[in-house]
Amino acid sequence: MAQRAVAVIPALIVAGLVIGPVMAVIWRAGGLGALGAAEYSALWFTIWQAAVSAAISVLLAVPVARALSRRRFPGRGVLIALLGAPFILPTIVAVLGLLAVFGGNGLVNTLTGALGLPRMDIYGYHGVILAHVFFNLPLATRLILQGWLAIPAERFRLAASLDAPIGRVLERPMLARIAPGAFAVIFVICLTSFAVALTLGGGPKATTVELAIYQAFKFDFDLGKAATLALVQLALGIAAALVLLVLSPPGGFGTGLDRVIGRWGGQSRGARIMDAGWIALAALFLLTPLAMIVLAGLPGIVSLPSEVWSAALRSLWVALGATALTLALALPLATKLGELAGILGVAVSGLVLGTGLFLIVQPFVRPAEAALPVTLMVNALMALPFALRILRPELEATRADYGRLAQTLGISGWALWRIVLLPRLRRPLGFAAGLTAALSMGDLGVIALFADGEHATLPLQVYRLMGSYRMEAAQGAALLLLAMSLGLFWAMDRGGRANA
Amino acid sequence: MLELKGLTIRQDDFSLQADAQFGAGFTTLIGPSGGGKSTLLDTIAGFITPSAGQVFWNGENITGLAPAKRPVSILFQDNNLFPHLTITANLALALTMKRPTEQQRSVIDRALREVGLDGMGNRKPAELSGGQQGRAALARVLLQDRPLMLLDEPFAALGPALRAEMLALVARLAGQKGIAVIMVSHAPEDALRVAEETSVVADGRVTVPQPTASLFDDPPDSLRAYLGT
Repeated sequence: MAQRAVAVIPALIVAGLVIGPVMAVIWRAGGLGALGAAEYSALWFTIWQAAVSAAISVLLAVPVARALSRRRFPGRGVLIALLGAPFILPTIVAVLGLLAVFGGNGLVNTLTGALGLPRMDIYGYHGVILAHVFFNLPLATRLILQGWLAIPAERFRLAASLDAPIGRVLERPMLARIAPGAFAVIFVICLTSFAVALTLGGGPKATTVELAIYQAFKFDFDLGKAATLALVQLALGIAAALVLLVLSPPGGFGTGLDRVIGRWGGQSRGARIMDAGWIALAALFLLTPLAMIVLAGLPGIVSLPSEVWSAALRSLWVALGATALTLALALPLATKLGELAGILGVAVSGLVLGTGLFLIVQPFVRPAEAALPVTLMVNALMALPFALRILRPELEATRADYGRLAQTLGISGWALWRIVLLPRLRRPLGFAAGLTAALSMGDLGVIALFADGEHATLPLQVYRLMGSYRMEAAQGAALLLLAMSLGLFWAMDRGGRANA
Repeated sequence: MLELKGLTIRQDDFSLQADAQFGAGFTTLIGPSGGGKSTLLDTIAGFITPSAGQVFWNGENITGLAPAKRPVSILFQDNNLFPHLTITANLALALTMKRPTEQQRSVIDRALREVGLDGMGNRKPAELSGGQQGRAALARVLLQDRPLMLLDEPFAALGPALRAEMLALVARLAGQKGIAVIMVSHAPEDALRVAEETSVVADGRVTVPQPTASLFDDPPDSLRAYLGT
């Protein structure tokens, strides 16, 4: 019975943390009838930008993944490892990097300006889509590369011996199987994208529902309107979660992508040049903004204003707290049932939760006072599905391998966790902790609703510096944020590996 | 003495029936793979609940007991040791969930000496050879000090010579300590080497254990089909 309580209590906590705010939103919202033209246009923009971003990401990922699957070159392993990096890259950092490349004074405009070509403006819907492709092209590439590598080598040999067209008999069926899932995941991610729309979007043509929630808070201070918009976002999220359940994507954290498949075909000169071109383009597109952050940030990092350092400290505490909370919830919930509770995290976006929590705490405390605890909680809930996905297979494998041995020795309850499960789970625990800490460190979401100057986290501080056109300080702070996110991930992931 | 009374085990479309008594010595369960040998062992050990019938140990009904509460220890095919713990820490779990006392440590050291692993207590399982891992696991079940030991082909991965050596060691130590042994095997030579009695598990039935030598001299049909003679 105690064993059941261990799983039931965290499940109730998670359900309470999600359902409470959602109830508050529903109660405060004026119903869907209160939607005006601006809200409908936000809804429309949210859906079409997500669809376009996902489509472009997947379409571009196909040739890149094919090139990576069949070519071996120096730096291939590093490039593939870097494809996992955008996941833990703080959005605001990436946006600054993209601005340094595609912005008004960025590399591209400097180049086109020198050639007398028209200038490019990154602000607006195309900037939002550009940033979404930047974030999700690597994810799409990884998913599709996994599909390519999952085709058994024997099939390629069989196709070669029959002189069958590889594209038609092997590759197109694989893509038909993998691509819809990859599209669905990216579509859902882009539906709840807030920080990108906040920094690059805006205006009637490029406002997502989440951004509209924020604007209702900050500019109109219309809580009823914010709640109505949160209700719209909630409906979107539930629809998206259902889409994901139907088009279940392949596992996203696959390892073993280092392999090159032995295969026939694609050896012509033209194919080689094409592949090299795709890989170079993808690498250039993904790495240039990162390199620019480091280059542009270095001068600013030596003279960071003091409020940046205090924000960094606050972010560190939030990240560590969210990591502890996520693991404390994830370990007992790493079951089939628990993963259902985790799906709530997909259906309910951070800003919806934030709106609900704002409505709940607002009569009692000044929202700014609650900013950091609320951010910590929402970050923990958002990271929970990922932590569950990492931990559950390992936990089940450990139970399958050593459950009977533990039973004959009479090891159960807390002793089972202490002696068997926690030591066996060190690696996935380290990985899950690293992801959670990095995600929380870089999160620019609910904090924007709550915080004032004294409660800002580092990502919010970067955004404020950008907003006041202190670009050098913003870039320095962004470099600090990047270093802290990657550092937290590295330290925790590494801690799980040491002596394991 | 172990007694199976009207035991029926059902799993999906598999079913096994057993009405048999197992004596104090060394008994082998032999039969084709998929015949239910390991399933029977799991039921005796308490990992599987039978759909009908009871298991008695010395007249006491143990059918509903948890695995650790039974007078039974078991060696599995693999995963008999926790890989993240040293051999001493693995063995200590047979005695306590806490840090072992000085006295418990000396008991563990004695058990290691008995199986020929003197001074290897500080190693992790991966630092031992397959045969040494088998010895460490054997030391663990001996420390559990249960009157009935179940062996689910724990030495199947070892070569023939090493396997014979391990079986001889089990038979000797179990004999010394008065522990009854029931072993699953698909190798007739193993049964002939160490087992006083052998029971055939095939066609959904468990036969009453017979003296091993005479059973193989004049095998029943089910055993004849398995042996191919």
